[in-house]
Amino acid sequence: MATAAAHAGHHAHDDHKPSFFARWFLSTNHKDIGTLYLLFAFCAGMVGAFLSFGIRMEMEAPGLQYFSNPQTYNVFVTGHGLIMVFFMVMPALIGGFGNWFVPLMIGAPDMAFPRMNNISFWLTVAGFASLVCSLFVEGAPGAVGAGTGWTVYPPLSSQGHPGPAVDFAIFALHLSGAGSILGAINFITTILNMRAPGMTLHKMPLFAWSMLVTAFLLLLSLPVLAGAITMLLTDRNFGTTFFDPAGGGDPVLYQHLFWFFGHPEVYIMILPAFGIVSHIISTFSRKPVFGYLAMAYAMVAIGVVGFVVWAHHMYTVGLSLQTQSYFVFATMVIAVPTGVKIFSWIATMWGGSIRFTAAMHWAVGFIFLFTVGGVTGVVLANAAVDKYLHDTYYVVAHFHYVLSLGAVFIIFAGVYYWFPKMTGHIIPEWAGKLHFWLAFIGANVLFFPMHFLGLAGMPRRYADYPEAFAGWHKVSTYGGHIFALGMIVFIIGVVLAFRSKTRAADNPWGEGATTLEWTLSSPPPFHQFETLPKIVDEPGH
Amino acid sequence: MTDRRTSAKRTTTWTVAGCTALVLGMTGLAFAAVPLYDLFCKATGFDGTPRVGVASTEAVRDDSMVVHFDTNVSGTLPWRFHAETRQVEARLGETKTVFFRVRNTGTTPSTGIATFNVQPGLMGGFFVKVECFCFKEQTLQPGEAMDFPVVFYLDPALRADSNTSHLSEMTLSYTYFASKNGQPTAALATTGGTGTKSNF
Repeated sequence: MATAAAHAGHHAHDDHKPSFFARWFLSTNHKDIGTLYLLFAFCAGMVGAFLSFGIRMEMEAPGLQYFSNPQTYNVFVTGHGLIMVFFMVMPALIGGFGNWFVPLMIGAPDMAFPRMNNISFWLTVAGFASLVCSLFVEGAPGAVGAGTGWTVYPPLSSQGHPGPAVDFAIFALHLSGAGSILGAINFITTILNMRAPGMTLHKMPLFAWSMLVTAFLLLLSLPVLAGAITMLLTDRNFGTTFFDPAGGGDPVLYQHLFWFFGHPEVYIMILPAFGIVSHIISTFSRKPVFGYLAMAYAMVAIGVVGFVVWAHHMYTVGLSLQTQSYFVFATMVIAVPTGVKIFSWIATMWGGSIRFTAAMHWAVGFIFLFTVGGVTGVVLANAAVDKYLHDTYYVVAHFHYVLSLGAVFIIFAGVYYWFPKMTGHIIPEWAGKLHFWLAFIGANVLFFPMHFLGLAGMPRRYADYPEAFAGWHKVSTYGGHIFALGMIVFIIGVVLAFRSKTRAADNPWGEGATTLEWTLSSPPPFHQFETLPKIVDEPGH
Repeated sequence: MTDRRTSAKRTTTWTVAGCTALVLGMTGLAFAAVPLYDLFCKATGFDGTPRVGVASTEAVRDDSMVVHFDTNVSGTLPWRFHAETRQVEARLGETKTVFFRVRNTGTTPSTGIATFNVQPGLMGGFFVKVECFCFKEQTLQPGEAMDFPVVFYLDPALRADSNTSHLSEMTLSYTYFASKNGQPTAALATTGGTGTKSNF
């Protein structure tokens, strides 16, 4: 459609970058916004990691060592949870990799709404600022910060925290939620309307599929969270009684609303990781993904079923046996599409010419660890078992296996896989592998003993515990130290990459890397695909 | 070229409109959940919401349950509140009347209204109130004491439900809150559908 002359004219702009302030603060370029998101996620992740370090230090031994007030410990737990979910995993996977690679993979010049993209990012930053503020203002009487847990259940979050800390936390969720909703609309519009000619939905790369499903989950679930926390806000400040029995409300309603959002939220965090791991496995096995369509529709199925299982977080509120039976069954059904994905990844590797690069280490490690977390999930899905394990360290172990070891491992896998493409620099392979082994051993030593603690009855969100739990808690803290050591190796790897003079090739991974981003230079031009690429073959794999 | 551009623009507009409608719809549903949940609780007795009905027409069974009474007063109200008896044995289908005594120990007249709930929550659908002081507010002068009746019966159908068939005991709990205009004061600022889970 574009004439050759017009096209040449455009090319002149390709590398004309705006000044520093305009480029990074008023950015409308999807790659720059993706970079901003990744840097932001790294900084927020450091804050979240600092908080978790505080938690692990305190839990190393019985008694109160570092926290004089257990409420402050709960503030650390709450801050850690909220930051890692809303300001580390989501910005990294959705805002970061999503912005960077969805347009590149579908052959689009940019996102559909570049300015809205910028608003999304800064709303997320504002949300984070509000959450950090909440750590320093009064929450519960005589203590600073919101110690409500990331679920913010009333009445602890209403009557229990008269100070403004919970209001700040609620605003943080409002702001980042608004940013995520705008981002989701942007992704859906981009993916549905801006694919390169010839790229049908059934030829679209799996990462783009995962972002499409994730965006729909965000659109359907975040407004419900926004509604629930708005009601909580008016309960706290304007005398309404949505969740207050004194006025005829019911705190259990909050739990229903929260988990109607909260369960899809866990898929929002893991689906983009599913997309990324598919590309990495396929690239380093030099084979197309096994069962491409089944992989795509398994994600759709996980997304759909994810909306009708929320009450498995609430088995202890007094549901009837029939209701519990339904939620047990529905929850277990999710294991089927998830199993389809795990088997397809293994089948992709089967008979492939596998190269164990750093990214491949992380991807294979992810499959193993995510399966462990998935299995404990099936255990917890049983209402009868869950009543025993509810709110114990078993649950903590379960969701850290799927998130801290699932989502986070794939964030690192994505960094090692796409770093050459994003920056043109190469992280030394030894750094990536050493980082992987430290993280893999560290995370397992950190989280596996929590299963034993939970089975023995150690409850979550307690700063102190009886002597009997001391052994595994100590082991767990050592694991945390090993994981932290891995982070130092990661930072060294990135610094070495930028100092090294070798530059990455356009496609450093060879013939296995078939998606469109590898057809561009490393790093890609400031504006790409001025002439839309034509999809003829099967580039979706 | 312009044709393609405008048509692309149109599809984009529709996509965005659809997404926005989805967001607004879900936000609306989140708030609609409040009255819907209320309706659902009242219709099914979910989460310990007792049913309200007329006098029992059921045949009285030779099968009974012990009903315990639990009485509480919110800190904002200077009232004493207790049941004439700690528990009664009620045969299924039998209409029972129990009196509750309330006394204002304060120095000013005050108005209160009670919220109520049953435990186990699954009994809500089978505990039927025919008459209750908690349906409306009460005003007590300083030092004044009054006896209020609660008339209820247990629906024999509870023996047919696998969730409740094995139960032999239950608790009816009341909490008095200060009230104005038939709403607990905490709910005064509410309007419309808010706080109107009219368990009182």
